[in-house]
Amino acid sequence: MSIVVGILFAIGTYLILSKIFLRIILGTSIIGHGANLLLLTMGGLKKGGPPLLGLQELNFTDALPQALLLTAIVINFATTALFLVLSYRAYKVLGTDDVGELRGYPDE
Amino acid sequence: MNNWVVLPIVMPVISGMIMVIFKNNIWLHRFLSLLTLGLIGIVSVLLLEQIETGGIQTLYLGGWQAPFGITLVADMFAVLLVLVGAVVTFCCLCYAFSSIEKDRERHYFYSLCLFLIAGVNGSFLTGDIFNLFVCFEVMLVASYVLISIGGTRIQLRESFKYILINMLSSTLFLVAIAYLYSLMGTLNLAHLSVRVADVGQGGVIAAVALLFLIVFSIKAGLFLFFWLPGSYGAAPTAIAAIFASLLTKVGIYAIIRLFSLVFYHEPAFTHQFIGILAGVTMVLGAMGAVAYWDIKRIITYNVVVGIGFILAGFASFTLVGMRGSMYYLLHDMIIKALIILLGGTIIHLTGTGRLRNMSGLIHLHPRLGWMFFIAALSLAGVPPLSGFPGKVFITAGTFEAGYFWLGGIGLFTSLLVLYSIMKIFMSVFWGYTNLAKDNEKGTAKGLLPSMAFLTVLTIALGLGVEGIHSYVDLAVEGLLNPQAYIGAVLGSGGY
Repeated sequence: MSIVVGILFAIGTYLILSKIFLRIILGTSIIGHGANLLLLTMGGLKKGGPPLLGLQELNFTDALPQALLLTAIVINFATTALFLVLSYRAYKVLGTDDVGELRGYPDE
Repeated sequence: MNNWVVLPIVMPVISGMIMVIFKNNIWLHRFLSLLTLGLIGIVSVLLLEQIETGGIQTLYLGGWQAPFGITLVADMFAVLLVLVGAVVTFCCLCYAFSSIEKDRERHYFYSLCLFLIAGVNGSFLTGDIFNLFVCFEVMLVASYVLISIGGTRIQLRESFKYILINMLSSTLFLVAIAYLYSLMGTLNLAHLSVRVADVGQGGVIAAVALLFLIVFSIKAGLFLFFWLPGSYGAAPTAIAAIFASLLTKVGIYAIIRLFSLVFYHEPAFTHQFIGILAGVTMVLGAMGAVAYWDIKRIITYNVVVGIGFILAGFASFTLVGMRGSMYYLLHDMIIKALIILLGGTIIHLTGTGRLRNMSGLIHLHPRLGWMFFIAALSLAGVPPLSGFPGKVFITAGTFEAGYFWLGGIGLFTSLLVLYSIMKIFMSVFWGYTNLAKDNEKGTAKGLLPSMAFLTVLTIALGLGVEGIHSYVDLAVEGLLNPQAYIGAVLGSGGY
C-alpha cells in the first residue's frame, strides 16, 4: 500500500509540474487519491467486527480512518469539479491552457 | 455543554442557504447577511462573558464524549477572533453594498461570504484536527468562488494559481493528519496534547509538527507567501479586505493553537524555527512593500509583513510576547481590512493604482485623506493607536526570549512599512490636484461610513487597551497553560 501511495504521489507531482491545465488538475486529483490511500494505510487495517454495541465481538474495526476518508473524498471531489469548471472558463476567456502564459502583465 | 458555541457556525450556513433559495431578492441578501453577522457578534460577546465567569465552554456534538466525537471548544482566544472577524466582515459588507457590481451580488456574493464566515468560525471554534481540515475546506471553497466570481481575465489567471496552491496544501494537511493519527491514535486536540506530553516530542512527532507548520504557513502566508500578493490583488476590494483580515488569520490561529497546545515541548526547535520564518517573512514583505509603486501591491505586501510580526511575538513564547501577538492579531484584522478598503477607494476614484499617476486627492476628499493618514500611523504602530501595544509587547517579548535579532527585524521593518505607506499618502494626497471633480472614475459616496467605523475602531482599540486587557490576558493565559483547555474538554478524569 505504501508503495502505491508513493507511486501516486510521484505521478501527481510530475503532472502538476507540467504546463497544461488539464494535466495539473489530474495531478491534484491523483495526489488527492494518494493522500486518501495514505489515510487508510496509516490508520492500519484492523480486522474485526463492526464497532457496534451489543455484538459479542472481541475485536472491532477502527471506523475512524474510513470516516475521515469519506469526508476527504467528498471534499476532493467538490474542489476538483470546481477547479475543472474554472480552468475551462479560464481557457475560454484567456484563450490558452498553458500555465506559462499566465504571468501578469506590467500594465495591469 | 453549551449550545451557544455552535451558533457562530450554524447561523451563517442557514442564512446563506436561505439566500440561495431567494436568489433574486438582493435586499433580502443584504439584510440577512448584516443580521447574521450582527447576531454572531452578539453571541460572541455573550460567550466572552460566559468564558470570563465560567471558564472555557465546550460542546460535544451529538452528545458523544470528548475524544470520540467532534468537540467544539470556545476559549477566549477563539471567541475574540470570532468577534473581531464578525465586526470586520460587517464593515466590509457595508462597503460592498455600494462597491460590488450587481452581477456579482446576484451570483450569490453574500451567501458565499457567509459560507466563508462559517468556515472561518468553524476553524476558530473546533477542538478536533480533522474538523479543522473540514472547516478549512469550507472556507477555502467559498474563497475559491469569491476570488473567481466575475470572471475577469486577471481574476481567472490568479484564481487558477490560488486554487492550485491551496489544493496542494490541503492535501499535505491530510497527509499530516494521517501521520499524526497513526502515531497518536486520536485527532482530538486536547487528547493529542495529553498523548504527545506522555510520549515526548521526539524526532517523528517533530517531523509531523513541521509538516503541519508547512501546511499552515502556506495558508497563513508565513514565508510561503508567494501566492498572496497576486491573488489578493485580483479580487475586488471588499473581497480582498475580507480575505486579508480573515483567511491569513485562520492560518495564524492554527499555527498558534497547534504549537501552544500540542507541539509545545521543544520550543528551542519548533518555535525558533517559526521565529526565523517570521523574520524572513517580515524582511521579504517589507522589501516588496518598499519596491512597488502600485497601491495594491504595496498593501498586499504589508499584509505579509503583519503576518511575520504576529508570529514573531508567538515565537518568543513568553507571556509578554504572546500578549503582544494577541493585541497585534486583533489590531491587524481591523487595520488590514481598513487599509485595503482605503486603497480600493483610491483606485476606485482615480481609476488607476499607480502612485505616479495621482496627486492632490486631499483637496477633493479630505476625509478620505485623514482616514488614510490615521490608518497609516496605526499600521506603523504610532502610540495612541491600536498598533502600538502589540508592537511594544512583541518587541519586549522577543528581547525577553533572547531573540534580539527578531525584535530588531520587527522594529526595522516597521520603519519600512511606515515609509511604504507614507509613500502612498504623500504621492496620492499631497501635491497639486491633477483630477477634476467631474473627471473621477467613481464616487466615494456610500463607501466612507464603513471605513470611518473601522478608523474609529482602531482609535478606540488604541485608547481603550485597558478595556480589553482582561480578555486578552485570559486568552494568553489559556494558551500558555494547556491544562485548562485539556481539563475543559476531557473533564477532570483525563484519558
